[in-house]
Amino acid sequence: MTTIDKTMSVPGPRGGSESGAPLLEVRDLHVEFHTRDGVAKAVNGVNYTVDAGETLAVLGESGSGKSVTAQAIMGILDMPPGKIPRGEIRFRGEDMLTMSHEERRRIRGQKIAMIFQDALSALNPVLSVGYQLGEMFRVHQGMSKKQAKARSIELMERVRIPAARERVNDYPHQFSGGMRQRIMIAMALALEPDLIIADEPTTALDVTVQAQVMDLLAELQQEFNMGLILITHDLGVVADVADKIAVMYAGRIVETAPVHELYKRPAHPYTRGLLDSIPRLDQKGQELYAIKGLPPNLTRIPTGCAFNPRCPKAEDICRTDVPVLHRVTEQGGGEIAGRGSACHFWKETIHG
Amino acid sequence: MPDTTQTTLTAAEKTGGDTAALVSKPEQRKPRSLWGDAWFELRHRPMFWVSATLLVLLLLIAAFPGLFTSADPTKGDLTNHFLSKPELTHFFQPDWFGYDGQGRSIYARVIYGTRASILVGVGVTAAVTLVGGLLGLVAGYFGGLIDSIISRMTDMFFGIPFLLGAMVVLNAFTERKVYVVVLALAFLGWTSMARVTRSSVISAKQADYVTAARALGASTTRMLFRHVLPNAIAPTIVVATIALGGYISAEATLSYLGLGLSEPTISWGIDISQGSKAIRDNPHALMFPAGMLTLTVFAFIMLGDAVRDALDPKLR
Amino acid sequence: MGRYAARRLLQMIPIFIGTTLLIFLMVHILPGDPIRAMWGDKAADPAQVAALRHEFGLDQPVWKQYIDYMLNLFQGDFGKTFGGRQVIDVMSEAFPVTLRLTLFAIAIEIVVGIGLGAWAGLKAGKAPDSGVLIFTLLVISIPVFVLGYLARFVLADKLGWVAPNVQDSENWGQLFLPAFVLAMLSMAYVARLTRTTFAENLRADYMRTALAKGLPRRRIVGVHLLRNSLIPVITFIGTDVGAFIGGAVITEGIFNVQGVGNVLFRAIQTSEGTTIVGVVTILVLVILLINLVIDLLYAVLDPRIRYA
Repeated sequence: MTTIDKTMSVPGPRGGSESGAPLLEVRDLHVEFHTRDGVAKAVNGVNYTVDAGETLAVLGESGSGKSVTAQAIMGILDMPPGKIPRGEIRFRGEDMLTMSHEERRRIRGQKIAMIFQDALSALNPVLSVGYQLGEMFRVHQGMSKKQAKARSIELMERVRIPAARERVNDYPHQFSGGMRQRIMIAMALALEPDLIIADEPTTALDVTVQAQVMDLLAELQQEFNMGLILITHDLGVVADVADKIAVMYAGRIVETAPVHELYKRPAHPYTRGLLDSIPRLDQKGQELYAIKGLPPNLTRIPTGCAFNPRCPKAEDICRTDVPVLHRVTEQGGGEIAGRGSACHFWKETIHG
Repeated sequence: MPDTTQTTLTAAEKTGGDTAALVSKPEQRKPRSLWGDAWFELRHRPMFWVSATLLVLLLLIAAFPGLFTSADPTKGDLTNHFLSKPELTHFFQPDWFGYDGQGRSIYARVIYGTRASILVGVGVTAAVTLVGGLLGLVAGYFGGLIDSIISRMTDMFFGIPFLLGAMVVLNAFTERKVYVVVLALAFLGWTSMARVTRSSVISAKQADYVTAARALGASTTRMLFRHVLPNAIAPTIVVATIALGGYISAEATLSYLGLGLSEPTISWGIDISQGSKAIRDNPHALMFPAGMLTLTVFAFIMLGDAVRDALDPKLR
Repeated sequence: MGRYAARRLLQMIPIFIGTTLLIFLMVHILPGDPIRAMWGDKAADPAQVAALRHEFGLDQPVWKQYIDYMLNLFQGDFGKTFGGRQVIDVMSEAFPVTLRLTLFAIAIEIVVGIGLGAWAGLKAGKAPDSGVLIFTLLVISIPVFVLGYLARFVLADKLGWVAPNVQDSENWGQLFLPAFVLAMLSMAYVARLTRTTFAENLRADYMRTALAKGLPRRRIVGVHLLRNSLIPVITFIGTDVGAFIGGAVITEGIFNVQGVGNVLFRAIQTSEGTTIVGVVTILVLVILLINLVIDLLYAVLDPRIRYA
């Protein structure tokens, strides 16, 4: 049986560097945390690639390792207690894990930027937003305070913050939640990076504001032809903006698929469970489906498939053998681009 | 007493470690309560065991000084022992630490002085925790006018430097027994306890489970003592434990100034004051009571520190 | 900002009145008769006692004494010592001495305390952290007067590095030892508080953002961490000024500094009500003013307060 170790993708116009390597490639990444209660294995062999102009959505519950993977890419993991025992994170073909601290620092903010979930706590409460935005230009491009402030105002206008010139000296707590998240986006965009990692960028926002912020992010991504990794647990957010999806469970990718394929016919019981637990109008009056059980304790991940204690289809093999990421094909054996499933019974799940 | 814990505790509430949450969330072991967790944390701290051992020993000395020395701490022998040097190998003998300016065994005086210090420390702590804690609870829970009155009163008392106020109060008494010193220190010391309790009660009051209990129609006393107090008391306990050592130190300081305990009560502070007069040639008369005092304060402060770390998981 | 300052200033007035009243009551209601005490063990002449009582206003009801006192106070009259001198004159001699001593001590407290605390906080859980922790615990455990005598005994008497007594309070070299002893306790608290806020804020979300922005470590610590961490430390230093005054009584006694502490200590021993109340009133004023300055500084550092 064939296995996929990276998802297929078409190189974007800006992603093709001299080596032809993808913009970002994560290979067999492992992350563990050494704590008093034992070693928590947060990420256990994650592979994915992102190209310029492409949006990869990483989907999973809290504790699935999706944020930890992103922090490892950014190089902002707390180490210790965090540790990366194995794996590679290649940016334009170069493994960032072997770079010096200084080399990595230069990439952060300039080439790869991150948007955090809760902008109120992610912005420094005692510095004005203009100062925090301007810092990007002053540190990375050596601009003067005055130049940096002018650029900050431009940035704030670009993310459509009203009265940017008057508000540039205001502090984070003086803005609304949606405006604060726009400031976070502006900060990430400041140096026009090649890749943006957005960690649940809309979770802390009202539903109406969520759509505005997502639209803005998608629009700017297109404009700058950036790669985007969108980390979320919200299936609704993903459908509109993502090109492809990776579903994570207990630190592994359990399914990869182009976005609409996944919604149409999931190839992993966990993905199916997630989709079935979305309330639907046409099933009004019926009991809402819920995946039984709890996410696993990362210090004691079950043997075999990590999902087996909660899986309705689990059999003996699931309790003993860890499933690899199988290449998913049509019933007749025809190729489906970019699909994979880490389930022993993927055929039954997708076609059955 | 310095009011450090209040600021750190409230500041701690603003932050939270992301990775810590990630690791501890999928906990399937038996969940531990705050107190269970604190005890677990305490047991794994060498500092706690060092201070606990020291404190048990000190409490034993305070309760049964006769077990540790056969000498009489009040009887001086000026002809044979006037300021004799210590005999450091004569363990537990009257001349172990030498003799003071009145020919009394310093070892015996150090042993017999323990009781007063511990009594003052524990007494003041109990009094301020009771009074300050109650006032803080009432102010924080009821708010409004009661809160304003209590808070302004706290501000008034807080404006007086602790040691200065104690000096003024104690100066009015000619015979200063342990209870006089306890009352004087408690009179000035309750404010920090009231402030800490008030602020933690206010934050506990706003917690969802307290709102829920109120919605279910729990009575005021039940609300106060079953729901609010148990969830608000941790910072008060922390401040109280840390302050205990400070009160012992304050008593000794006042006694040293001649404004604390008065003879015939045996106090390390008085002995240090007398020893300080002959420090140039006979430092031992000062060193031993001072060392014992420092050790005692150290034991209590260390306990307070361990308790604080255990009760405030965010500081770990 | 202006309104904030005005509000704080207004809030200070009742506290000032309340605190001075409290001091006044403590001195005048508690047992102990200062006039009678002037005679010591000898029998006093009742007529003379009555005359002295009248002269110092001690035959009036306490509330009237307080109001008279406050009225005089607003005219700059802080009352007379039993020796017949104006309290304000005694203070104006002694106060600059204590001020120099205290400022020197606060400077030591800030430099050493924040330095040690920041070092420990940045290395939380490692050897420097434990070292600083044990050092501060020890310092907190040694009462100021023990520390004072030890320092004097070792550094002055045994080693002869410094003068044991302060002859000239304008000589910073002579003031160093008493200032250092005075600073030690608060320095230890400042170090511990700084350590805690540093270690705590290191884990704050905005620190992760600063890291993700690709800022150099120097900038992350020096701008983002320091600014946030110093806010509680500065507040603490402000509330701690009172402890310095208390400590000054001890330190000035040990090193023979002719400051407010000495004046106050002698007044307490002779139950000189007017001197005690006068000195303490001025001290309370100074403490309140320093607290106001700290409050304003707090608002400058923390915009969430400024715009509240």
